[in-house]
Amino acid sequence: MITIKNLHASIDGKEILKGLNLEVKAGEVHAIMGPNGAGKSTLASVLAGREEYEITEGSVDFDGQDLLELSTEDRAREGLFLAFQYPIEIPGVSNVNFLRTSLNEIRDYKGEEQISAKDFMALVREKSALVELDAKLASRSVNEGFSGGEKKRNEIFQMAMLNPKLSILDETDSGLDIDALRIVANGVNKLKTAENATIVITHYQRLLDYIVPDVVHVLYNGKIVKSGPKELALELEEKGYDWIKAEVDAQ
Amino acid sequence: MGYTENELAKDLENQEYKFGFVTNIDSDKAPKGLDESIIRFISAKKNEPEWMLEYRLKAFAIWKEMTEPSWAHVHYTKPDFQDITYYSAPKQTKKYESWDDVDPEMKATMAKLGISLEEQQRLTGTNVAVDFVMDSVSVATSFKAKLGELGIIFCSFSEAVQEHPELVRKYMGSVVPMTDNFYAALNCAVFTDGSFCYIPKGVKCPMELSTYFRINEGGTGQFERTLVVADQGSYVSYLEGCTAPQRDENQLHAAVVELIALDDAEIKYSTVQNWYPGDKEGKGGVFNFVTKRGICERNAKISWTQVETGSAVTWKYPSCILKGDNSIGEFYSVAVTNNYQQADTGTKMVHLGRNTKSTIISKGISAGKSQNSYRGLVQIHKNAANARNFSQCDSLLMTDECGAHTFPYIECKNSSAKIEHEATTSKIGEDQIFYCLQRGISEEKAISLIVNGYCKEVLNQLPMEFAVEAQKLLAISLEGSVG
Repeated sequence: MITIKNLHASIDGKEILKGLNLEVKAGEVHAIMGPNGAGKSTLASVLAGREEYEITEGSVDFDGQDLLELSTEDRAREGLFLAFQYPIEIPGVSNVNFLRTSLNEIRDYKGEEQISAKDFMALVREKSALVELDAKLASRSVNEGFSGGEKKRNEIFQMAMLNPKLSILDETDSGLDIDALRIVANGVNKLKTAENATIVITHYQRLLDYIVPDVVHVLYNGKIVKSGPKELALELEEKGYDWIKAEVDAQ
Repeated sequence: MGYTENELAKDLENQEYKFGFVTNIDSDKAPKGLDESIIRFISAKKNEPEWMLEYRLKAFAIWKEMTEPSWAHVHYTKPDFQDITYYSAPKQTKKYESWDDVDPEMKATMAKLGISLEEQQRLTGTNVAVDFVMDSVSVATSFKAKLGELGIIFCSFSEAVQEHPELVRKYMGSVVPMTDNFYAALNCAVFTDGSFCYIPKGVKCPMELSTYFRINEGGTGQFERTLVVADQGSYVSYLEGCTAPQRDENQLHAAVVELIALDDAEIKYSTVQNWYPGDKEGKGGVFNFVTKRGICERNAKISWTQVETGSAVTWKYPSCILKGDNSIGEFYSVAVTNNYQQADTGTKMVHLGRNTKSTIISKGISAGKSQNSYRGLVQIHKNAANARNFSQCDSLLMTDECGAHTFPYIECKNSSAKIEHEATTSKIGEDQIFYCLQRGISEEKAISLIVNGYCKEVLNQLPMEFAVEAQKLLAISLEGSVG
């Protein structure tokens, strides 16, 4: 699905990613953990195509294509989805208008027909149920006046609507209470198939109780410094990151 | 790749004015310049009664004593009033007996503007009656017979002077007196045509009434008057559209619009203004100096909605005099400026009666190197007990080089009044654009979505067909090319 090799990225001349390697196959869920400032959100932003970051070295293959050559919108249209850590508000634009525009732009890119209003509304009903999103939120302005939990649920709702190949969840658990966390995680689990993949970026092990990863990676100082099975997350929870930092710094 | 401010700025500069064509029609023009003889010429051409000529001459005498106002936050070279042609009419001056008589070139012009009177006449389902004013005269008014059955008068201003002198004499200048301001006085002296509308007592006008104004001739000024009278308990929704060709020199447009809403009447007046804004260096474009005002009697309501995207310089304050108790005034505005455009626009709400209410929603969008100002006055008089006003003025900045200014004035002489004012200024967010891009939405569509969302409260006030047109216009004004 995605193969990242020796990725270096910097912002305002400061290098954040320093030779990152990662491979995620279809059907897999990978968790990326790490201390503050390790470069987790930078990784998500760089993959999604945020302009402020400069890629100085490395390659990213996304399902046979050179991801770094694609524009931000084409990456999305090819099936890369980013669930934002801080979802953006767009006043006056209804969620449904936003999503219908999005869905039709993606269809247009693929040479498919525009979705009919009837099919679209049926899809909205089906997918909003998946994340227990109040139908009223669908007709409200994008994220405007949503609570923190509603915003995050809305991200997963959008993900369900757009049915991406690769989803990157950037700290989707932050700011969620335990019930909302369960709902969001259930949504993600239900969307999982053998054809798609998920990268879960998180600070805490808690989310991984619900979304069980196939592999856990530790990102530190711009590189993946350790990878292991899901038990690694528990170990991190218990011992913190210092022992890993010490390990790396010793090398 | 993704969006940057510079790219957007470039896109915006490159947008072209799509209505910049000229129609080749022979016209009958007055010589350039302005003196009493020109006014007599115009009046004679229009075969006017003596009282009308006297009115014009009196206004001219007043105008000569006045000086051009300079308090607005706009900078331009003052027009040379002796270098303007004050009368220009398509040569075929006889009145059109039927639609078939209208010059085919003129029909083509209307079609290019997206106004097909022909279509509308055939399709009974379309409920818009149109009066088309090209340069100085009204060319065609549709649906007249159908409206006539209800006693509604909808015709050109010249025709009203001939056919309904009692109504014109009673109401003309009753809201905007000839002494009101420099441009209103000029208009009173040299106005050439415009639209007139009268809705009888208790009649709800069953269709939208619409006037399209187009300046065609080079070097001509357009001075039209619109007078709408809604008699007791009546209702009318009135639309106004404007375009002009692309010319290097500045064209002058100085109109007067007067609305009279008698007891329990309601007038909804919507404008989509798209006069030529000048090129990206700021050359050419229309000077739009307009006086629009309405008066509300008891329980009456006047609602102004405007979407302003054109003109090089705009100076315009559609206002309401809330004279009657319980009357309501509303002003909803979107003003877009780009390149070197300058707009100083807003409203005046004058509360005279008790329990009067006014609402002001103003949305400014500045792009390029433009300057966009809101100027508003809320005035509560001594006897206006329990008056209420709510004002909201938002500004959206698209670049680092443009400006947004707000000049709200409040004068309150009654302590039971309640006045609220909210204002925000924001820059179009890179985060918002990135969010849209990440959902597969192109940059152009993203900007269109965000801007339309920002203007929603105003666009919602427009009649359906007009709202669609206004959205398109916003997209054209703010994007390189529209998908």
